Order: sequence, then structure tokens, then C-alpha cells
Amino acid sequence: MTAVTYLEAISQAIREEMRRDESVFLLGEDVATYGGAFKVSAGFLEEFGPERVIDTPMSETAIIGSAVGAALMGMRPIAEMQYIDFITCGFDQIVNMACKMYWRSGIPLPLVIRGPAGGGTHGGPFHSASPEAWFFHTPGIKVVMPATTYDAKGLLKAAIRDNNPVLYLEHKLLYRLPELREELPSEDYIVPLGKAIIRRHGRHMTMLTYGAMVHQCLKAAEQLASEDGLAVEVVDLRSLTPLDRQTIKESVMRTNKVLIVHEDTLTGGVGAELAALLAEELFDYLDGPIMRVAAPDAPYPYAPPLEMAYLPGVERIVAVARQLAAY
Amino acid sequence: MNEAERADLLLQIYYYMRLTRAMEDRTRTLFLQGRIVGGVYTAQGHEATTVGAAMTLRDGDCIVPQHRDLGMHLVRGVSPRAVMCQWLARGNAPTLGRDGQLHIGDMHHGVVPMISMLGESLPVACGVALVMKMRRRSTVVLASCGDGATSTGAFHEALNFAAVQRLPVVFLIENNGYAYSTPNAKQFAIEQLAQRAGAYGMPGESVDGNDVLAVMEAVGRAVAHARGGRGPTLVECRTFRVRGHSEADKADYVPPALREEWLARDPIKRFEDYLTAQGLLSAERRREIEARVRAVVDDAVAFAEASPPPDPATVADYVFAPDGPIAIVGEPGAADPRYVNALDTRTGRPFCTMSQVEEAVTQL
Ligand SMILES: Cc1ncc(C[n+]2csc(CCOP(=O)(O)OP(=O)(O)O)c2C)c(N)n1
Ligand SMILES: [Mg+2]
Repeated sequence: MTAVTYLEAISQAIREEMRRDESVFLLGEDVATYGGAFKVSAGFLEEFGPERVIDTPMSETAIIGSAVGAALMGMRPIAEMQYIDFITCGFDQIVNMACKMYWRSGIPLPLVIRGPAGGGTHGGPFHSASPEAWFFHTPGIKVVMPATTYDAKGLLKAAIRDNNPVLYLEHKLLYRLPELREELPSEDYIVPLGKAIIRRHGRHMTMLTYGAMVHQCLKAAEQLASEDGLAVEVVDLRSLTPLDRQTIKESVMRTNKVLIVHEDTLTGGVGAELAALLAEELFDYLDGPIMRVAAPDAPYPYAPPLEMAYLPGVERIVAVARQLAAY
Repeated sequence: MNEAERADLLLQIYYYMRLTRAMEDRTRTLFLQGRIVGGVYTAQGHEATTVGAAMTLRDGDCIVPQHRDLGMHLVRGVSPRAVMCQWLARGNAPTLGRDGQLHIGDMHHGVVPMISMLGESLPVACGVALVMKMRRRSTVVLASCGDGATSTGAFHEALNFAAVQRLPVVFLIENNGYAYSTPNAKQFAIEQLAQRAGAYGMPGESVDGNDVLAVMEAVGRAVAHARGGRGPTLVECRTFRVRGHSEADKADYVPPALREEWLARDPIKRFEDYLTAQGLLSAERRREIEARVRAVVDDAVAFAEASPPPDPATVADYVFAPDGPIAIVGEPGAADPRYVNALDTRTGRPFCTMSQVEEAVTQL
């Protein structure tokens, strides 16, 4: 067995699902001949042919709309956004067409929309998006974001097998990160949607996070342990919808302090909902304010010093965690 | 087709045109009586286009209709009862009262549910056609839109994609002169919308949308083209919206002379004259058809009025579909109840939009 990257895990998941189920197919820009802008589908055209690996025009509404039509027919399309930023061009197909379909018509829509999200790669305002809050707010679509190689594969397989629209956000900074290389089980497995995981146990505070920020939180937790003697629990949400309220609440009931960390902007972000949930349901358990570390309320910047200032990182997480610990 | 079969077919077309008009007339009455709470869109004058186009289809084909396409629904077997339950927001309506109007669908009978965002159904039609092509079927998709919807990005993306992929789709533009208050001249700067076809690399045709036989011929050609694996066609049916945009719109922006001109070309009257001249529609035959139409409409309204309202406690239910196997629609065994998409899993009952019109009457 060889250790694979986060990107290879994504590729494996799609390939194995396409082998297992003839209703699964992939469509998007440059996914066939070129193998995808990031090479997620390299070699797929040769194995599956042009009807199951479809190079489309540059046409997000057509890509997502066609995926909806195919899903209505009982297929399990995977629609790739070359960068997740371009999902805005197909927004209506998601929020009005796909998300309301089962609720109003009873027809299930087994559909995955996936693509590279997140920043840290000098992508600037249009190639660094964290679009999860728009869809987190929208009933009728599941939203997942894997932080590890194991989860990248397992969550994607679960998303493909799910009977609903699923937005699968892959963090492009993690695609080829050597530290994330992992040996994966040779047998088939999934990571169920809607289940968070505790990445590090601790009793002094809970960090709620997801995506690439999981790794920043783990580094911060390490530093807080060695420098401050703090035992920080890091919860990787993995799924935003459905949200694993139970794991979140159980952790906070043990630690009594919460720091929420996400790469998306602060206002109206996923963290705002988590804070509201905890304030409503666990008020008596809280020994300090619910605190948040997120990107500032500004578009994503290009120049490296601006990007550094924008992205939440270990330093800011540690500083805010210390404030919280002092309560 | 022999003489008698042709006569039957023509009378069937006439029946559906009359049924469409009568259903809409009754819907308007219900609206004016305050029994329909939301907006009502009708399509007087479109009957030759909607009925004629749908008459060219067969089992396994699919329609992707819009808000003025009751005629297509009825021809394809959508139950008038379901339509009235939908207008009256009943708990047993196809959308369980969650949506109104003609926003209904049933994939097993080839009807894609529309959304209000006009034009957005066209890319979805491409996806349905893509599956037909993948599964090597000789079935086709008939997708419609208004003149206004041709200005959307979705229209362009769909036609381009369909042409590139040579998808079995017939794009039908119902050009009724207006998009709400906006006349054609403010909507596009070409002579005829069918000209757009050339830009996408597909055949295009513009036809008198008030002549049901001409519509059937043009759409029939496009359907045959698509069935033969030769890709999409754009058919523009030129008609007119002789009433307001909705029943709440007086449409005083439409020059009265223009409206009069089109009212004089009423498609049902025209077809009636044709059938009479052909000796196919005697006064007695006509009375029979009228009685049947009336019975179906009465039944649909009575059924809907006797139907329960939705249960408020269910408002947030069924946001997500359950787990389980999904059938590929149109494959043998796809109706097996073990499939999550075989029955409406919200109710455990068959998708309730379909029934034979006759059935509805005899069940009364
Ligand atoms: C994308 C979109 N924008 C705006 C509206 C609001 N609206 C409803 S119907 C309509 C006019 C539609 O005109 P057309 O496509 O010509 O169809 P018609 O109603 O004439 O049959 C408008 C603007 C809408 N439904 N969809
Ligand atoms: Mg119009």
C-alpha cells in the first residue's frame, strides 16, 4: 500500500464509484481530455469513455442544470466547478432548481457539485472562495468539507451515494500537501454525512472548525499545550449540513468554552450559526463568551502580505484562545 | 393513418384545446371568487401551440413545460384533478400545497417540474436528453419557453450545450409578443427568434402558432430530427397573449387593435372552422365534446374542493430525500417500490399528477 494525497483520494473515490455504479458520471470544464484543471480526473476518459466523462462548454448553468436533469432521471452526476468560485454562475440551478426539488415535487436529486475551494494559494478574489455559508443557509442541500485524506475519499463516496444535492468542497491547499499523505484502507468505506470527529481531545476549551482550518487549530492546540498547559479539544465538523449538533454540544458541555474558527468571512458565516446554537442551548454551560476567528469582512485579497493578514492562522487562533482561556 | 384514424386524431386535438381553454376559464373564475390565493397565469390563444406540440410526442418522451403550458400537461396525461388541487393549494396536490400553479412534474411520465425562474428549465431539459442519449434511447425532450425567457443566460447555455452534444431536444419558443409589459421590440433586435438557431448550429423554424396543424408539422419535423440522433431544433411559434400577463394585469399597454387582430385569429375557432369545413365536427359532435369537457372540469374542481388542505405540522418535512436505491427512469422495473424514486416517498403513494382524463370522470 502506498500513501496517497488528498487529491488522489478524491480521484479514487470518483473512480471507484464510477466502477461500482453505472449511473455515476462526471461533467465539467476540461475534465476529460485534460483530466481536470487539478488533474483529479486524469485517466478517467481512457477508462470510462466520453459519455461518462464529459468535457462541457464553459457554462456553469448548463453544467449544473444538466446534472439536475440527469439526476431527475435517476442518474448520479458529479458536476465539477473548475474553481468553486464559479459556482455563483450556476447559483440559481442550485438554490432554486435543485434545493427545492424533493421538498416540492417528491423527486429525489442524487447530485454532487464539487470543486476546489479555499485560499492560501495566491488565487486572489476570484480563485479563493469559501462559499459554504450561502449553501449552509439554503435548505435542501448538504454541505461537506473534508480536512483529511481519509475523509476526502470517504465523504465523497457518501456524497455520491446520497439521494440529495451535496456540495462537496475540497480545499485546494490540501490537494498535494505532503503531511496529509495517508495510506487508505484497500476495502470500500464511506465517512457518513453529518458526523463530526474529535481530532484532539482536551478539557479546557473546544475549537469548532472544518476544512483546512482544522490543521491550523491542531497546530494552535499543540502550542497552547506546550506553552500554556491548555488542553484544547479540536472538533472537525466535516459536514456543515447536516450538522452534528450532538458531538458539538457534548464537547462544549465538557469544556465549557468555545472558539469557532473558519476561513470564510466573519459576518453571517457558519460560526454565527454555531454561536447562536450554543448560546440558545448551552447557555448554562458556558464559562466564557463564544469567540470566533474568521476572515475579515472583505473580499479575498491577492498580494501575499494582504493574504497573510486576511487568512486566519495559528498566531491569531492562539491569541484569541488565550483571551478565552483567561475567563 | 387511414381516414377514420385521422378524423379521431383531429377531434382529439380539438378536445384537448377545448379542455385547456375550459380549465383556464374555470381557474380564472376561481381566482375572481378569491378561492385561489396566489397569482394565476393563463394562456388563451396558446392552445394550438401547446396542444399541437405535445401531440407529436410518444411514450418515453419528456416535456419541460413553462407557465403557459397547461395544454402540454393535459395532452401528456396530467390529471385535471391534480391541476385543480395545485391551484387550490390542497394537501394532496402534486406539490402537497408547497408550490402553486403548474409547477408540477413526474419523471415516470416525462414531465419536469418548472420553477418560476423562466429559462432555467432549459439546461435541465439538456440533462434529461443527455441521459436519453447515454441510454441509447430514441426518445426526445420538448422544452418550451417564452419570448422573454430567450433573453436569459440559461437559454443561451442550454441551446449551445444541446447543439454541442447533439442532444435530442426540441426547443419551443412561444412568442406571444410580450413578456409581462415588455414587447418584442424591447426584448430582442432580430426579426424572428428562430434566427437564433443558426448561431447555435441547429435548424430553426418559425411557424404560425395559432395554426395547430402547422405547429404539429413543424414540431413533428423537429421531433423526428431529434429521434434520429441528429440533435436539437429551435421552433418558434408566433402567437399572442390576448389576456393580461396574469389575471391581475389589465394589460392596457397592449394596443387594442393589435389584441383585436389576434383575437380574430383565435386558434380554437380557426380549428373549429377547419373541422367543420372538413365535415368532421357536426353540431352534435361538438355538443358531445363540450359536455365531456365540462364534466372533466366540474369533476376536477369538485375533487379539489373536497380535498383537504395541507397539514401545517408538515411544513418543514421532506426537505431531504431518504436513503435507498434509485432507479434510472424509463428502464424496466423502474416502478418497483423499492426504489426511492418509484413512488413519491413523501406520501408513499404514486406520483399523483397522472391519470387518464376519462378515468377522472368515471371515478366521479
Ligand atoms: C428569470 C425571471 N425573471 C423574471 C421573472 C418575472 N416574470 C414572470 S413572467 C415574466 C415575463 C415572461 O415573459 P415570456 O418569457 O415572454 O413568457 P410569457 O409570460 O409571455 O408566456 C417575468 C418577467 C421570472 N419569472 N423569471
Ligand atoms: Mg411572452
